[in-house]
Amino acid sequence: MVLSTTNTALPVFRSEGISFVTSSDWSLSQDSYGILSFIYGTVVTSVIALVVAVPLSLGVSLYLTEVAPPRLQGPIAYLVDVLAAVPSVVYGLWGVFVLLPVFLQPSASFLSRFLGFIPLFRGPASGISYFGAGVVLAIMIIPIISSLCREVFRSVPADDRYAAYALGATRWEMIRGAVIPRSRAGIVGAIMLGLGRALGETIAVALLIGSRADISSSVVQPGYSMAAVIANQFQEATGNDIRALVGVGVVLFGLTILVNVGARGLVWKMEGT
Amino acid sequence: MTALQEKERLWPGESEDGDQVALTGRRPTPRRVWTNRLALAGMVATVLLTLLPVVLIVFHITEKGLATMSWEFLTQPTPYSFRNEGGGFFNGLVGTGLMVGIAGGFSIPLGILAGVYLVEYGGKRWLARLVRFFSDVMTGVPSIFVGLFVYTAFVVQFGFGALMGGAALAIIMLPIIVRSTEEMLRLVPTELKDASYALGAAKWQTILFVILPSALPGIVTGVMLAVARAAGETAPLILTALGSYKVTTALVNEEIASLTLLIFDGARNPFAAGQARAWAGAMELLAIVLIFTVLARVAASRNRLNN
Repeated sequence: MVLSTTNTALPVFRSEGISFVTSSDWSLSQDSYGILSFIYGTVVTSVIALVVAVPLSLGVSLYLTEVAPPRLQGPIAYLVDVLAAVPSVVYGLWGVFVLLPVFLQPSASFLSRFLGFIPLFRGPASGISYFGAGVVLAIMIIPIISSLCREVFRSVPADDRYAAYALGATRWEMIRGAVIPRSRAGIVGAIMLGLGRALGETIAVALLIGSRADISSSVVQPGYSMAAVIANQFQEATGNDIRALVGVGVVLFGLTILVNVGARGLVWKMEGT
Repeated sequence: MTALQEKERLWPGESEDGDQVALTGRRPTPRRVWTNRLALAGMVATVLLTLLPVVLIVFHITEKGLATMSWEFLTQPTPYSFRNEGGGFFNGLVGTGLMVGIAGGFSIPLGILAGVYLVEYGGKRWLARLVRFFSDVMTGVPSIFVGLFVYTAFVVQFGFGALMGGAALAIIMLPIIVRSTEEMLRLVPTELKDASYALGAAKWQTILFVILPSALPGIVTGVMLAVARAAGETAPLILTALGSYKVTTALVNEEIASLTLLIFDGARNPFAAGQARAWAGAMELLAIVLIFTVLARVAASRNRLNN
């Protein structure tokens, strides 16, 4: 797979050289291919997705394994699984026509109005932005992270929990003292898997990120991501443009492999200590 | 766990009727009690926040989908302009069915065979390691990259079409099926296999008549989840099937639609009629995906190896 795609993209890699990944000058009509802004967009949206999804997933999975009455566990877990089954194009459609006007746009305006002095939230605010795409990505990766975390928490030995209770711990102290320390490596692994999914997610991001090849320090402004640019521009692309888009894919693939390998290394290191 | 949860209300040194008995005997300080309550409330809040999108998505898709859903929508192809009302996604339904069918035809037998090989023959041989390594890596590959691969390797030579889309979907389904088959076969008890061998069965007889039947529900679960996943894929199909307004069953060299591609197009256009069709299409797709997810669950509940 790598050979075939890299081979196709090679002429563009050659003619652009290192500026393929260091320039953000992207124009199909002028044959200039710099993808830095796409790399930036992919990373920023994925980070936003993690910031939103990680606390929610941890909360849900802790609730399901440690707190929820058995009667509620099944139905809640089932509903979260439904979230995992929804195709990404459906998330995109729902995100653009429902979530955007009722939540993303207002909250983006809110952020830039009250926190606009921080470059991160500088206006003019748009719901179609890194922030908007990140939030929808978060909804998509919550089921992945939380189902893995649930398994990790479940594998904590019951004896550890009894021991914590025997010392007089409250339920929360038991979770912090017995469940979390045992699960650190597993949680990191789950988060990295969610990150891998977020980096490669295409359709929902393509619909919500705003398709602007530009690097903005503000997360409430439109941008572009690697996967989204491939999906959006492929149908109009010809000749060299296609080679450039395939090149974008090769860089994206490299990034996800890096994250996966990094995740393995990190989990392995944490389990060792 | 349930016994623990029932007992959890009792603090050390406290007896069932609330009297203090001697032991260490002190209730936690109010600060600790409130931290505990706050943390539990926080967890409940995260659950509600997470379930909200599920409910909203299903509600909105049903509500807006029903407005356009009709017999015509299910049986007519898409009109050539987003401005025109009427028509439907029949071309997409046929395309999705055809491509998922092709993908299943390749990936289901191949995936099950690979799973059987890994558990029953592979062991630590280099080929088994290789297969395991690839199915591990493949699950992490972005689906759009799979599309790019099929495009550069095949579409450039043979043109867009159902076979190409099916190939991309097969690559996405394969690792899911291999892994679930492998997991299930590992759960088959050794005693069962030994019993079969003791009766004089050959290895192939044991695999075919003892191991596979007992692992079948679990394998079916994996296959159903893979089908649901493939039916919902859009990104790789952009690069391999391209999309079309015509109903076609041609396998090669003719562009073909899928439900997902049509929804994507509908979501990107500014006209009300096109968007309305996208909602109805989303409802149709969600129904298909959920049916397969439910089938997976049913098969999983029949699985006696897991419990």
